[in-house]
Amino acid sequence: MRVIVCIKPVPDPKYWNRLRFEAKTKTLVREGVPSIINTLDKNALEEALRLREKVDGEVIVLSLAPLDSISVLREALAMGADRGILISDKIFAGSDTLATAYILSTAMTKLGAYDIILCGDQTLDSGTAQVSTQIAELLDIPNLMHITAIEFTDEAQFLVKSQIEHGYMLVEIRAPMVLSVANQINEPRYTTLRNILEAEQKNIEVWSSEELNLPERLVGLAGSSTQMGDFIFPPKKKKAEILQGSPEEQAAELTDRLHRLGFY
Amino acid sequence: MTDVAESKIWIIAEQRQRELAEVSLEIIGKAIDLAKQTRWKVAAVLMGHQLNTLSRQILSYGVHEVLVADEPMLVNYCNQAYVKVLENAVKRFQPEVLLMGATALGSDLAARLAARLRIGLSAHCIDFELTEKGDLFGIIPWLGGNSLCRISCPHTRPQMATVIPGVFQVPKMNGIQGRIIPLETHIEQKDLSYHVLETKHVKGPQSELEMAEVVVAGGWGIGDNDGWKLIENLADRLNGAVGATRPAVDESWAKEGQMIGTSGLTVRPKLYIGIALSGHPHHLVGVKEPELVVGINIDPNAPIFESCDIGLVGDYREIVQSMIKCIDVQYGGGDE
Repeated sequence: MRVIVCIKPVPDPKYWNRLRFEAKTKTLVREGVPSIINTLDKNALEEALRLREKVDGEVIVLSLAPLDSISVLREALAMGADRGILISDKIFAGSDTLATAYILSTAMTKLGAYDIILCGDQTLDSGTAQVSTQIAELLDIPNLMHITAIEFTDEAQFLVKSQIEHGYMLVEIRAPMVLSVANQINEPRYTTLRNILEAEQKNIEVWSSEELNLPERLVGLAGSSTQMGDFIFPPKKKKAEILQGSPEEQAAELTDRLHRLGFY
Repeated sequence: MTDVAESKIWIIAEQRQRELAEVSLEIIGKAIDLAKQTRWKVAAVLMGHQLNTLSRQILSYGVHEVLVADEPMLVNYCNQAYVKVLENAVKRFQPEVLLMGATALGSDLAARLAARLRIGLSAHCIDFELTEKGDLFGIIPWLGGNSLCRISCPHTRPQMATVIPGVFQVPKMNGIQGRIIPLETHIEQKDLSYHVLETKHVKGPQSELEMAEVVVAGGWGIGDNDGWKLIENLADRLNGAVGATRPAVDESWAKEGQMIGTSGLTVRPKLYIGIALSGHPHHLVGVKEPELVVGINIDPNAPIFESCDIGLVGDYREIVQSMIKCIDVQYGGGDE
């Protein structure tokens, strides 16, 4: 079985206070902010590795990201992926979800036959949760989101549990397919030093727009119908009363007020 | 079929097992309001099976038309079948605007349709502006809620957007004036690319968190399980329940059922204390009509301080530990 896992490097939320926004170019300045694998993409990779343990096969990680994101792919290889491909090209910058899905689906087609494409449900940064469905649409294969369990029934038939508001669906679905996973699906494994050293030996391929034969008008800003407009910094509706003093003094003041208001 | 839909703003009336998603009604209210700009009419698109009652119910919320695709094969949501019906309807009647809830179903259906028609899609909007010319701007929270961004799809039609549940009011019912237009479906077995064996609603009675008068919520900044225990202890002292943001659930400090906001629960506490969380609208939209909002964060510029009444700036561990101590002193003893 061949499983492709999409992973996205995202700015580490621990350092989000260092992110700056450049209004002129409408881009996020990520200088000095380390990237990590998007949390849910790790769950997707973990699930791929578990499937491979059950039925054998190959796990390929695919990432559309700037060239300096190679360390993130290296981490995915250390977790156990067999092959890593970084899709990177300056002209891809500014791609909206559809342009992103177009680039990724083109790479998947170039990879040839695949059984399952796994993604995380959403990313920590932009979080539109649209890309997995759009990949499926462009590849003309079925997809499901919010997956919390995948059970393999025969060579191409799967039973999956998909979360919906206030409940879930049990669904039979056949490969090839795209599944995006929720965090309850598993607990991603840790990497050992040995895994990391082994991953150093694995080759990471880099594909540019040339390798994928992508016309410039369909990718990046030019290929994106959804446009970011101006930014609104809303007037501070309500300014909080900021308590003064040491943590202890602030805590004492707050508890005192809560007590007087009858909250305890 | 000869019936022609006149409406230019369409909203997807989302149903599962003939239960309508509340967000669909919320969007109807907003759409009717927006339509005044352009004097457009508003239609709801309803897909599923055995929908007569539901169609009439939707009409009573003031839409001009309900476009109904009623067919046994649509009984369960399957995106490739639903998108086919919607694609045909959009191509036939050419709406200018198409809105749906940013729900499990809505987000998925919107993404499929946008990819099929190669059009733009503005995700997770919390507000809209419609110009007299009919250009739609969605407003989305940006950068952890520090600012808002205007987002649009100026060159493609329909202009599509998904809407965060809970941001608009459900309109009042005002009697039926509109009409029902049946849609042709042309669904075949092969369009059902997966087979739904079972749909389970585990909604049941409201959770403790949904009914709590005091909610203590934690976010990413809590940092570890020990920190989470600390805010649980505080909630305990205040007879409250513990809620969480998405990152805290992703970190497994909190359970999925504790998540407040867009894809989680709506709570209605009298007192809400947000600890080590940014105050992103995705989360705060799930906190309805609180009497008092307290924010505790180490970053004085955290957006939570724009949404709260009382702010405490500092290391939450020190603050919460001191609060627990103060409460215990007031009760004249340590742990009960």
